[in-house]
Amino acid sequence: MSELLELTAARAAECVRAGELSPAEIFSAYRERAEADDLGAFLWLPEEPPRPAAATTSADPPLGGVPLAVKDIFCVEGAPTTAGSRILDGYRPPYTATPVERLAAAGAPMLGKTNMDEFAMGSSNENSAYMPVRNPWSPDRVPGGSSGGSAAAVAAGLAPWSIGTDTGGSIRQPASLCGLVGLKPTYGAVSRYGMIAFASSLDQCGPITRDVTDAALLLRHLVAGRRDPCDSTSVDFPEEIELPSSHDLGGLRVGVVPELSEAATIDAGVKAVFDAALERIEELGGGVEEISLPHSEHGLSAYYVLAPAEASANLSRYDGVRFGLRSGDGDLLSLYERTRAEGFGDEVKRRIMLGTYALSSGYYEAYYGRAQRVRTKIAEDFRAAFERVDLVVTPTSPSVAFRLGERTADPMAMYMSDYCTVPMSLAGLPAVSIPAGLSEDLPVGLQITGPAFTENRILAAAHALERAFGFDSSPARRPAAAAPGR
Amino acid sequence: MTTVTTTPTERAYEPVIGLEIHVQLRTQTKMFCGCALSFGDDPNTHTCPVCLGHPGTLPVPNAEAIHFALMIGLALECELAPRSIFHRKNYFYPDLPKGYQISQFDIPLWRSGRLGDVRVHRVHLEEDAAKLVHAGSSGRIHGAEASVVDFNRGGTPLVEIVTEPDLSSSEQAGEWLRLLRATLKRLGVSDVNMDEGSLRCDANVSIRPVGTATLGTKTELKNMNSFRFLERGIAAEVARQEELLRGGGEVEQETLHFDPRTGGLSALRSKEESHDYRYFPEPDLVPLAPTQAMIDRARTALPELPGARAQRLERELGLPGDVARLLAFRSELGDFYESALSADGATDPHTLASWVTVELVARLGDVDPAESPVAPEALAELVRLISARSVSGSAAKEVLDAMVADGGRPEAIVVERGLGLAGAGELDAVVDRAIEANPDAAEKVRAGTAKAMGAIVGAVMRETKGRADGGEVQRMVRERLGLG
Repeated sequence: MSELLELTAARAAECVRAGELSPAEIFSAYRERAEADDLGAFLWLPEEPPRPAAATTSADPPLGGVPLAVKDIFCVEGAPTTAGSRILDGYRPPYTATPVERLAAAGAPMLGKTNMDEFAMGSSNENSAYMPVRNPWSPDRVPGGSSGGSAAAVAAGLAPWSIGTDTGGSIRQPASLCGLVGLKPTYGAVSRYGMIAFASSLDQCGPITRDVTDAALLLRHLVAGRRDPCDSTSVDFPEEIELPSSHDLGGLRVGVVPELSEAATIDAGVKAVFDAALERIEELGGGVEEISLPHSEHGLSAYYVLAPAEASANLSRYDGVRFGLRSGDGDLLSLYERTRAEGFGDEVKRRIMLGTYALSSGYYEAYYGRAQRVRTKIAEDFRAAFERVDLVVTPTSPSVAFRLGERTADPMAMYMSDYCTVPMSLAGLPAVSIPAGLSEDLPVGLQITGPAFTENRILAAAHALERAFGFDSSPARRPAAAAPGR
Repeated sequence: MTTVTTTPTERAYEPVIGLEIHVQLRTQTKMFCGCALSFGDDPNTHTCPVCLGHPGTLPVPNAEAIHFALMIGLALECELAPRSIFHRKNYFYPDLPKGYQISQFDIPLWRSGRLGDVRVHRVHLEEDAAKLVHAGSSGRIHGAEASVVDFNRGGTPLVEIVTEPDLSSSEQAGEWLRLLRATLKRLGVSDVNMDEGSLRCDANVSIRPVGTATLGTKTELKNMNSFRFLERGIAAEVARQEELLRGGGEVEQETLHFDPRTGGLSALRSKEESHDYRYFPEPDLVPLAPTQAMIDRARTALPELPGARAQRLERELGLPGDVARLLAFRSELGDFYESALSADGATDPHTLASWVTVELVARLGDVDPAESPVAPEALAELVRLISARSVSGSAAKEVLDAMVADGGRPEAIVVERGLGLAGAGELDAVVDRAIEANPDAAEKVRAGTAKAMGAIVGAVMRETKGRADGGEVQRMVRERLGLG
């Protein structure tokens, strides 16, 4: 059994196809692990485990029946879907999100729904309305957020792999804090249909996995060679997603951004791991050069105008009229006010107010308009940079996993978690975080970004670096994995 | 020289009126989802996760709605935006499931057009709200005991057309709206039924002293769901504003609700409570950039429009303006008319026009003549019989009655029912008998009282059952009385 848990998802799928393992074996092994979850990683497990191959369309599905942890932001027909919020308590969607459907069809049935910051707003998973999630590396620390449940579940070996969503860093930062691979695809590469919206122009679904190959395999089936007609912003990915095999970075020009990697907010321990990673890059044949993204330091400010503005509209539908929580005394205004007052948590309310204010008549230009221009500038910065380099690397998170409660009283400190990941989100670019080493015995992630639709290039480089770093991502070494059901 | 100062009480005012029209498009499906459009079906039977605003759902624009909107803009001679943008218009209301309406804001699909003598400010695409049904005596949300929502209508494609304030009377507003309605109907893009709400019209009304150029404070009138209510509503509001200004008061910018029962206007909301809709670009949709192929397809789909048709009928056939407009605005009448005209080149266009717009309409009401038993070529034949004096006017009406009831060809009906004009041989005897039977009248006619002729002609008509030509009978009577 423990041998099975040691396998990466891609390896497990291979074993299934080779007849060495059955999908049912894998499913029940992980089901047992997920049931013993003591990290708060899962919000819901199906009462009856689905027949693993039930949703697949082929007899020999490419994902081998290896089950998938699904962030609770994805609608799944008939399954409780809360987006980590009280306001969706008891809500069971009448339809299934495209990413979940595509992965199930490719042979990755849903294992369960994972915990998250409410409506994906947070960097520590402490904004979940249900419970915080603990980091398997150190249970008094956060797993990051907002896809903290998905990351913790994979890091602790409660799930073979998972999907999350990333708006300003919500896949990459928890992957970094949990020692995993987390990929945010190019905006439009993966369908957003059925993914509960936080900030529509930024939200993307992507994999959180134990290694780069697992991430590439999930991405291949998320992209699925065709855009989703249900999402007007989705596009046909211009090429097939390859499973990476590269062992070096020969000839690759890699840009380093002082505005990000040398900012005061980056912890010394993180910086040390990052600098060592740059040496590995050169050892593998890559050329490291300094580039500038002059507007990237304003990314966070622009992000905290644009994302809340979109969220303020996206969250208007939670009004108690059609689904979810309903409160009030029968009067229309009290229905709205009480439902939303009781249903939303503090951070969500804060962002709704921020966004509403930024869009208000008389303030629109000064806030939303200006933030859009910053966004354009940042995208232009990247375009200019990618004329000189093939990839850009930065630390993923300014710090390693912090302690539960450490930043809850200081929203600005929490927002700083996304300092290095937000610029890529604003520019719509693909970026992966891979574990590059340890600081204070906690994982440190390296973020690799490329131009739009260069996921293959990014994953190839990530694969070569992953081998060079030799980071042990196996869940067995983690305390939570050592003593399930604690 | 004396300086004339006018006081508000004596000053003459002129209304300045602009219209905002919402047109429900007659597409197969809703604006942003695949639900079928419906009217009058059971509540909440045409809904899906998208039009109910379920979490995670996304809008996908309806290609047919865009095609129809392109046709409308072309028909209204507007300028196309190469890339128009959908916006979110944010407000909370139970009929708005997402908490925002997807509409267009600063870059609408079309701008700067014209229909007739009224300029069109803009034309844009949006989605309709759901329908609130208020339980309680008022039928409105105020004072309702409970309200329920029917989402069947929610998400129906709407085109909003906004005019410039080029109208100056309630009658003109009504007449222009009829032209717009006829145009949209001709395009086949909407049912344009005001009762059912597929055509809805709001009016912006202000008044100003005659001869001045600055616009007065305007009010917005809503709930005028018929041409009559529109005209009554505007007239009432113009009168109210005049009275206010004459009394030294000021018009307040507000939204008014027209109550067709009382003919009065009541305030819905004033400017102070007006919404801040917090418009911003809809991130779930990409800009709407119609391709040349889409524009060409819309242009090819354009039929001849009522305005142009009325002008053509007037110019080429010499029809009176009101008859030409009636044929053009009720395009089914125009189609029938032109089909009859081309069936028989010898038919007199004027006589035919009056037989279509007066006699046929009197018998068919709103029914499309193409769906009646009367064939266009049969009506043309009847008109030719009338012109050739082969049948009298009153007999022709009887023939038309028979055609409306059972179809058939007029010549056959004339023969079958013996409705042909009485010939001279037959009339000789009848006229003689009529003079004999009315000696007093004959004496008066001889003495010069021409109107006494009526009694004799009437007798002839009775005996021939209207088959006699009145003029011919009069000539024969005068001849016999020695007046010829």
